Amino acid sequence: MKDKIFKFLLFFAACSILLLTAGVIYTLVGQALGTFQYFGFFGFITSSEWDPRAGQENYGALAFITGTVITSLLALLFCIPFSFPVALFTGEYFRGKKIASMVGSVVNLLAGIPSIVYGLWGFYTLRPLIVSLGLSDQGFGILTASLVLAIMIIPYASSLSSEFLSMVPNDLKEGAYSLGATRLEVISTVSFPVASSGILSAYILALGRALGETMAVTMLIGNTNNIPRSLTDTGNTMASIIANQFGEAGGLKLSSLIAIGLLLFLITAIINSIAKLTMKRINP
Amino acid sequence: MKKVLLLVMTVMVAFSCSQKVTNELSGAGATFPQPFYNIVFKDFSDKTGNKVTYGGIGSGGGIRSLQDKTVDFGASDAFLTDEEMADMGGEVLHIPTCMGAVVLAYNLPEIPTLNLNAEIVSDIYLGKITKWNDAKIQALNPDVKLPEQTVTPVYRSDGSGTTFVFSDYMAKASTEWAEKMGTGKSLAWPAGIASKGNPGVAGTIQQTKGAIGYVGSEFSLSQKIPTALMQNSAGNFIEAGTESISAAAKGELPIDMRTMVTNSPEPDAYPISCFTWIILYKEQAYAKRDLNKAITLVELMDYILSDDAQSVAANIHYSPLPETALQNAKAILSTVTFENKEVK
Repeated sequence: MKDKIFKFLLFFAACSILLLTAGVIYTLVGQALGTFQYFGFFGFITSSEWDPRAGQENYGALAFITGTVITSLLALLFCIPFSFPVALFTGEYFRGKKIASMVGSVVNLLAGIPSIVYGLWGFYTLRPLIVSLGLSDQGFGILTASLVLAIMIIPYASSLSSEFLSMVPNDLKEGAYSLGATRLEVISTVSFPVASSGILSAYILALGRALGETMAVTMLIGNTNNIPRSLTDTGNTMASIIANQFGEAGGLKLSSLIAIGLLLFLITAIINSIAKLTMKRINP
Repeated sequence: MKKVLLLVMTVMVAFSCSQKVTNELSGAGATFPQPFYNIVFKDFSDKTGNKVTYGGIGSGGGIRSLQDKTVDFGASDAFLTDEEMADMGGEVLHIPTCMGAVVLAYNLPEIPTLNLNAEIVSDIYLGKITKWNDAKIQALNPDVKLPEQTVTPVYRSDGSGTTFVFSDYMAKASTEWAEKMGTGKSLAWPAGIASKGNPGVAGTIQQTKGAIGYVGSEFSLSQKIPTALMQNSAGNFIEAGTESISAAAKGELPIDMRTMVTNSPEPDAYPISCFTWIILYKEQAYAKRDLNKAITLVELMDYILSDDAQSVAANIHYSPLPETALQNAKAILSTVTFENKEVK
């Protein structure tokens, strides 16, 4: 009897998550439909206009899509030189040692810091630095936002990569050592190729995380609704425009913001499934 | 054991009976008057025992909540248009509660006072003036040496009553602004950077040399951020302050109080001044509300319009309503009904 109740509870919990997700998608699509009907799906995603003035409302998502994609990809690029060595350090060179677990937990600590704190750090520390380097007059922009995003996603990329590196079978590595390979050679010819698809999926998940980040980006990107022309130009991202304009929005504007939410949901879902597929290739 | 339990229960019942029946009111809306409302509502609770909760979710959200009948009153920095009034599903009243202003805060450490007018502000936001030592700004400030610093205009990234008041003034005072930018809670901006909320804009200005932006006066006055003197329509350069803001509403006011007092013709008025309103249904018998609730709501409004509450406004950098506005507000309040009978 107890077993049956437990089974039922599990079933109920699992199904309610499915229902919840279906409900989210249903609402997003239902509310976004108004915008897609008005501007057309492709019209909406290829227009970079964002004019909320009454009587001449015109909304397009292109500026925000480019802002999101550029900041996330740059963040991924900036995070590799930090997260990859950390992964090698904790998952290969010092695996199982005290120092490795210390470095590992400090890096994981980065994941626990709320994004508003990263935003404040970027606002008060990184931004003046960028101004004093003469890169821009006010320090806001794609570069500042990407740098902070990069730091935020380091733990996601490094801890998963390190996990995959430490999963490389010892037999393989010992075989390489017995053939006279140096440590660097073992890493580059054995560990890395074996763990490569796992590492790749770690970075894809980190990218997914960067796509949805809102608060820190809002504080640093400048929130201007245009397609950024350079690294120091200001812009806006999908998550950030929603967070900024949701409060006072109504009608077509609200529908457009929800449509942007739906697009963000789609992009993240696609990226997550790519990560899943690549992971499947090593862990069938 | 049972006896003790019985005693405890008796005491509890006795205690709950002895308490006065209290009413709970809830409101939501503009963030601009929130510090004022927080204090006034708390004083009202202390005096009458009725509870008032207020959520600062933005003017638009407040009106939506009132329309959904999830709150007893909404608060807004912009009055409803005739169309919006018709959408409310019942006649609504606008009761002004206090006045405020939008000021232009700037970050030029060596320059303690700065004169500006609508034309220059318009040029800055349109990206036409890019350096502080521009001839137009220098002409208004002959006594100071303006630096060759880049001007960074800052605006609100979120839809906001502050943006509405600011753009309403700008559209009245500058024809170029009226043509290119218009009036609204959010606009399409050709230049500058955006930050969220008054604190965001103020923080960005304080941290960015050469920045200028519009923020609520209650915020700049309490934070002591340097702000520009604005040239009003009489040609005088006026600093935003309790008196100069109230002065903007000295003239004739419409009976329903749905008016913007920006660009006031009064010679000593600060030109970007505004009312903020509490909006409620004229007929209070809706959505299963009882008479007590309606009475409490009218009492609360009475309290906000009292001398006590109005002097609180002045203390925390809002401006009290001038005499005509107060009289009009009281007259509007007296038209509130419950099942078509006057609420007393």
